[in-house]
This record gives sequence, structure tokens and C-alpha cells, in this order.
Amino acid sequence: MNTIQAARVLRAVVEREWIRFFNQTGRLLSALVRPAFWLFVFAAGFQNVLGVSIAPPYDSYVEYQVYILPGLIGIVLLFQGMQSSLSMVYDREMGVMRLLLTAPMPRWYLLFCKLTAGVLLSIGQAYAFLIVAALFGINAPWAGWLTVLPAMIAGGLMLGSLGLIFSGYIRQLENFAGMMNFVIFPMFFLSSALYPLWKLKESGAEIVYWLSLVNPFTHAVELVRFALYGQFNSIAAAVVVGSGLLFFVLAAVSYDPQRGVIGRAN
Amino acid sequence: MEMIAGMTNEQASHPLISVEGVVKTYGSLQALDCIDLRVRPAEFVALLGLNGAGKTTLFQLLTGLSVPDAGAIFVNGIEMRRDPASGLKGLGIVFQEPTLDLDLSVSSSLFFHAGLHGMGRARAGYRMAEELRRLGLSDSWGAVGRRLSGGNRRRVELARALMHDPTVLLLDEPTVGLDPAVRRDLLNYVLELCKKRGLGVLWATHLIEEAESADRVVILHRGRVIESASPAALMRQAGKATLSDAFLSLIEAHGRGGEGQSNGRVAE
Repeated sequence: MNTIQAARVLRAVVEREWIRFFNQTGRLLSALVRPAFWLFVFAAGFQNVLGVSIAPPYDSYVEYQVYILPGLIGIVLLFQGMQSSLSMVYDREMGVMRLLLTAPMPRWYLLFCKLTAGVLLSIGQAYAFLIVAALFGINAPWAGWLTVLPAMIAGGLMLGSLGLIFSGYIRQLENFAGMMNFVIFPMFFLSSALYPLWKLKESGAEIVYWLSLVNPFTHAVELVRFALYGQFNSIAAAVVVGSGLLFFVLAAVSYDPQRGVIGRAN
Repeated sequence: MEMIAGMTNEQASHPLISVEGVVKTYGSLQALDCIDLRVRPAEFVALLGLNGAGKTTLFQLLTGLSVPDAGAIFVNGIEMRRDPASGLKGLGIVFQEPTLDLDLSVSSSLFFHAGLHGMGRARAGYRMAEELRRLGLSDSWGAVGRRLSGGNRRRVELARALMHDPTVLLLDEPTVGLDPAVRRDLLNYVLELCKKRGLGVLWATHLIEEAESADRVVILHRGRVIESASPAALMRQAGKATLSDAFLSLIEAHGRGGEGQSNGRVAE
């Protein structure tokens, strides 16, 4: 694979995703409104009920809105990852998927390009959300804006790869509602995005605690949380990178015409 | 040395596409059974068959979207199963179903395709202008896909298939849903490309009139190649005055209940 040609393929796929994104103004709006709703309505309501005592990466008691900020960055990454899946299903329905899959490049690389395009979109949306939050006084250390970038890339790649796996199995766009109920909501609520896991354990919700602990989204949120405060959570990083690699390999296999589920669908 | 469309005789006789003993099954359905097929430079081959004959399955195998259970497919001498990426470089493809992104402008769609084929921006721009001009679409580069007529969408797909200078053009029932005038225009344009640029063309269709202009007609019936010859030779062989009658007569002879099926063969 020629490096220059590979870069051109990547640029083409990324460019198309950005054009499509900016053609659909509602997407940017909903990407901002969704976490903003949680931050300014849900978290504001619980502000005085829930506070989080001193626990890493925080070195002091933090308000609830500050606590859920990384979780909401996580939800931006999660939704965009699943949106990439939706985009693959849309491409398949529109026939554009055939163009992608008949490009003279290894199939895994084409999927990687699609994944990268989705991750770049999610990072853009996450920073837009951080700006909105900062404008309303809910901010992380400024250095964290930079140190969080690799965490968002890793989290975005993992969640995007998961979305790619689902895209192989979702036959129609209408099935996305099922994905919302059976993937997005469980991943979000069974995680540390809205509450620290020790609180679950403390309240006796053992099963929920363990499910949340094995949920890779929890680790993506924790990776972002620590990175936002200039710290590195090695366990979270290992889980996110390991899961991401596993998900990507499974996605590549599902798109392999010799082994996967995609061959018969195109 | 004699040249055909810029090629030596040796180059011209070397098949661009070679399908050898290809078998494909879906569960208990035998979609393709021991298919042999060749397409040479500057040769227009019509793949003629009724709906469900296996044409689209064969196209899926040729384009690497699916893989055969047995047999091999070579594009420009490269076996698709071993190195699909290299094989795909030489193919220009127009699929049966529309594949134009209706939300993108014509130029964005063509730049996207060019990028997928590793073309630089400047070369892509030049080739895009060239192909759109030839197809009479010079003024449409900024138009959004969904605003184009069905015929123009097909023309854009054809321009797109040609942008990366393929050696072979695969068209899977490209005129489905188009009016007779547009069908004729597209067919004539591809015939001209075939002869002037030396492209090998495999044109799948179930419309007899589209096969009449072909150098060779390959009749695919129930997943098997039952005949492969020039239109004139097929009419002679069937003892019929028209290709339509010859086609119907040949599939009748090979069709009902599977009796009298010949082995897939290539008459070259």
C-alpha cells in the first residue's frame, strides 16, 4: 500500500464525512444539545443533592456538574461512534458502501479511514461542547484541554469500532432505535458517566456495579476524566486500547467477504 | 507492428478479465455453476440473461464484494482472491443499483471516488472535467446528486467509473429505469469507449437490443454459461432471424427442468 495513495484515500473519506456533517446542520446542534441538556438541566437539578467527595483525579470536593463533564464528553464520543455505524448503514442503503468496498485498498484500511473520519467528527463535537460548558463556567484546567485529546482519540476509536461491528448486523436504518435502547442507553447508564462506581457499591447495587465495571465505556469515561486533569489512568487506558483493538478486528472480519456478514449484503 | 487502440496484438489478445470455473452457492441455491468467461481489450461482451440468471452474483464476484466457492477470477492477470486491491485498480464499475451519493455535489462525488483510487487533486480535477465534458455534463459539476435526472445520474456514475482510467468497464444492467433515448446514448457511448480507448467491456443486461451491438454475447442461464458467440453466430446456430428469437430458443433448449444443460463453455 503506497503511503501517498493511502493518505489520499483517508482524506477522501474524511472530507466526505465532514461535507455530509455540515450539510446536516441538525447534527451539530443535537450533538451539543444532548450533553448540554444533561449538564444544564439534569446536573443542575442534582447539584445540591449529589456532590463527589475527594477521589482521584480530583484533589478536592467537586460539584456534580464538574463531575459529569467527562461523562458527557463520553456521551458525545458514544453517540458519534454509533452515528458512524448509522452512516455505514445509510451508505449501504444508498449503495455508496459498494464504492467504498470496491476501492483498491485493503478492506481493513478502508474501515480504518471510515473510523478515523468518525473520530475526527466526535473530537470536534467534544471540543465544541467543552467550549459551551466553559462559557457557562463549568470548566476543567486549561492544560486538560490538550491532555484530554489522546484520551478522546482512544475512546473515539474504541466506540467507533464498536459501531462498525453493529453496522455489519443492522440491516436497515429503522433498526437504529433498537440500538439506542439496547446499546447506547445501557452503556451510558451502566457506567461512571453519571455517578462514581463506588457509590453504586455503597448503595448495595452490586450487580449494577459489576456490570458498570466491565463496561468499556466506563473506562473510556475514566480515561477522559483523568486526562482532563492531566493524569493518566493506566487501567482505563489498557481496557480502552485493548477493547478498541478487539472491536476493530471483529469489525474488519465482519466486513471480510470471505468470512464476514457483509458479503451477502452488498 | 499492428496496433489496436494503442496496443500491440499481443496485448490485445491477453484477456483483461478471466473467469475460470467459478462456482457460487448461497445455502442450497447454486447461483453460479462452473462459469468460464473472458473479456479482451477493445472487446464488448454482453452478458445476457433473464432476471435471476446469476448476472449480479457474477458481478459481485468480479468486483470482490463476494468470493467464489471454487474457481478463480483474474483481472489484468491478478487473481482477485489473492490481491483484490490490485485487481480493483483496473476496474471501472457501474452497479445495477444507483450508487451516487444524493447529498453530495457531482464534483464532490467524483473527487471522493478519485480519492478512493489514490488520485491527486489536480489529476482528479483534470479527469473529472474531461469525463464530464465527454458526457455532456460540463455544467453539472456543482449540481447536488438528488437534483439530477435519472439519466444524468447514470452518466455521472459512468464518468466516475472512468475517472481512474480503468482497463475494463463492468456495467451491471446500467440502463434499468432509463428511457429508450438515454439507454441508446449510454450504450453508444460505451461502445465508442470500447473501440477508441481499447477498454474491455462487460455489459450485463436482460434487454436483447443492448446485446445486438456486442462483439460477443455470453448467455447466462440458471447460473451457467450456455452459449458464448457473436450475435450473428448465435442466430446462425439457433437458426433464427433475430437475436431475440435465438436467445429464447437457446434458453428453451437449455432451460426447462435443467435438461439438456451444456457445460459452461467459452467460444472465442
